[in-house]
Amino acid sequence: MTLALVGESGCGKSMTCLAIAGLLPKRGRVAGGALRIEGRDLCALSEKDARTLRRRSLSSVFQDATGGLNPVRSIGWQVAEAVRLRKGATRREAQAEAVRLLGRVGLPDPERRAREYPHQFSGGMNQRAMIALAIAGNPKLLIADEATTALDVTLQAQILDLIADLRESLGMGVIFVTHDLGLVAQNADRVAVMYAGRVVERADVADLFAAPRHPYTRGLLASLPERQRKNERLSTIPGTVPTIDALPPGCTFAPRCPRASERCAADVPEMALGYACHHPLTPAPAPVVRREREYS
Amino acid sequence: MTALLHAESLRKSYQVGRRSLFRKARRFNAVDGVSLTLERGETLGIVGESGCGKSTLSRLVLGLSPCDEGGVVFDGTPLPGQDTEAWRRLRRRVQLIYQDAAGALDPRQTIRTQIEEPLRIHGLPLERAQKAMADVGLVPAMGSRHPFELSGGQLQRVVIARALTLNPDLIVMDEPVSALDVSIQAQIVNLIQDLQRDRGLAYLFVTHDLSVLRHVSDRVAVMYLGEVVEEAPRDAFFDGALHPYARALLEAVPVPDPARRSRAAPRIGDPPNPAAPPPACRFHPRCPFATDVCRAERPALRDFGGRRAACHRVEELSQ
Repeated sequence: MTLALVGESGCGKSMTCLAIAGLLPKRGRVAGGALRIEGRDLCALSEKDARTLRRRSLSSVFQDATGGLNPVRSIGWQVAEAVRLRKGATRREAQAEAVRLLGRVGLPDPERRAREYPHQFSGGMNQRAMIALAIAGNPKLLIADEATTALDVTLQAQILDLIADLRESLGMGVIFVTHDLGLVAQNADRVAVMYAGRVVERADVADLFAAPRHPYTRGLLASLPERQRKNERLSTIPGTVPTIDALPPGCTFAPRCPRASERCAADVPEMALGYACHHPLTPAPAPVVRREREYS
Repeated sequence: MTALLHAESLRKSYQVGRRSLFRKARRFNAVDGVSLTLERGETLGIVGESGCGKSTLSRLVLGLSPCDEGGVVFDGTPLPGQDTEAWRRLRRRVQLIYQDAAGALDPRQTIRTQIEEPLRIHGLPLERAQKAMADVGLVPAMGSRHPFELSGGQLQRVVIARALTLNPDLIVMDEPVSALDVSIQAQIVNLIQDLQRDRGLAYLFVTHDLSVLRHVSDRVAVMYLGEVVEEAPRDAFFDGALHPYARALLEAVPVPDPARRSRAAPRIGDPPNPAAPPPACRFHPRCPFATDVCRAERPALRDFGGRRAACHRVEELSQ
């Protein structure tokens, strides 16, 4: 399944991913809650056990692929290293596996490419190499944090196809982090919308786009140029996202919300029925007709 | 009436790699034979992927870098050389806004000082700054703040206000909303359109984002590796592009509607290195429709009833 984590900059979507991957910056820590991978709570495990569990079951792909690769090691060496660490394979086996993986992610002539270095690759090829690195050892969960944001649209579409294809053939779960609602609509099964550090709405992708319940979600969708008639003014959300050190009390969206009441300024709304809002929008009157999802 | 801006066969090349005693430095054409026309009050959208020369083009139009060949005519007069008196006079009428608003502002100066700066340079009354700030929706109190105290959307408003102080006829916008979040992006897009309506501004709107372009532009020009491969009125373009690259671009845009999912990304491979573009038709190695003629001859930009496309096979493909 693909879960999309969507929100504007500073809403905490990347921090969520880093927390899952155990890569929080030094000053950050998980202050509470639980993080379960196949039923085992990472937060309750010792650091060493948590590391082992993470190494076996999840991996991530980030935006800056070229910066994420080691410039002085060949691409093949780097993928092979991941194979060795995750699977405990021998050097020779790992090398063969690395070439196979590079071919799997669509690099032409993987044998030769494995001997090349990141600076000899284009941005798209580096992102493919990062994906090869991430799927080494068949992770159960792939975290793709703005993995295609830096790429041109034609390339982005190809990389997303690759991720979807791998997800199906390897049976991975994917957490897909993005600010682009178009990508969410095209790629996610379920969506979590984040605002100022909290998930404000969770829904199946079809329901979310057809009948958003949280006013923030509706505001986001309404501000998309694609959803407007041409030459009409875009609908906007007034104001700006609060900074994390000056969060309003109560519902963090209340100052920008057209439906806010006094209660919103005082009480933090609980997440229930898939949304965290005191005054949710009523769902569309007619039941949502869900089309067959197109999987080819 | 003459067009506000007319660019004829612009060419600009840059050096790649170092020159040595035995070898001339290689050069590549960032912009290669581009012609454009922009009328008053019109928005021409320029779209293309990274390395296609769209930012170089916007610099040429402003006269910020000299072109190697071809020339720009602004309101009937050829663009004078940079840093001449005539150029400075003309620059009042052409302004530039680009993606990095924070980088375009001095972190140590107040917002008001920076909005007034063009007025000081040109010796115009400073009161105009107030009006410009009001026009972009900045309250006067903002004037005494510094850039770090403002959000990304507000900074972009400041940059727009600064461009407006001189009452320009044309604003070149290089990715003006790409760095902004969707909800803020919508505010700035609305602002840009309101200003155009109220002041009759013309925009050269450079972006990689087709959905924004569809909203703001009257005409669209698609660039690929330094060339314009298609130019068409907005509606005609979005109803069906002629050039295979333009089609691939349109297909690749993710539609924000889960009911209209497509899992068929255009299979056109990775883009080539812009510093070493393929010969003949530059798109042929990625083009699913390429034939021998595409590999041998460079297609000219031909007219197809109010729109232009540079492809040998337009007639066959549009059937």
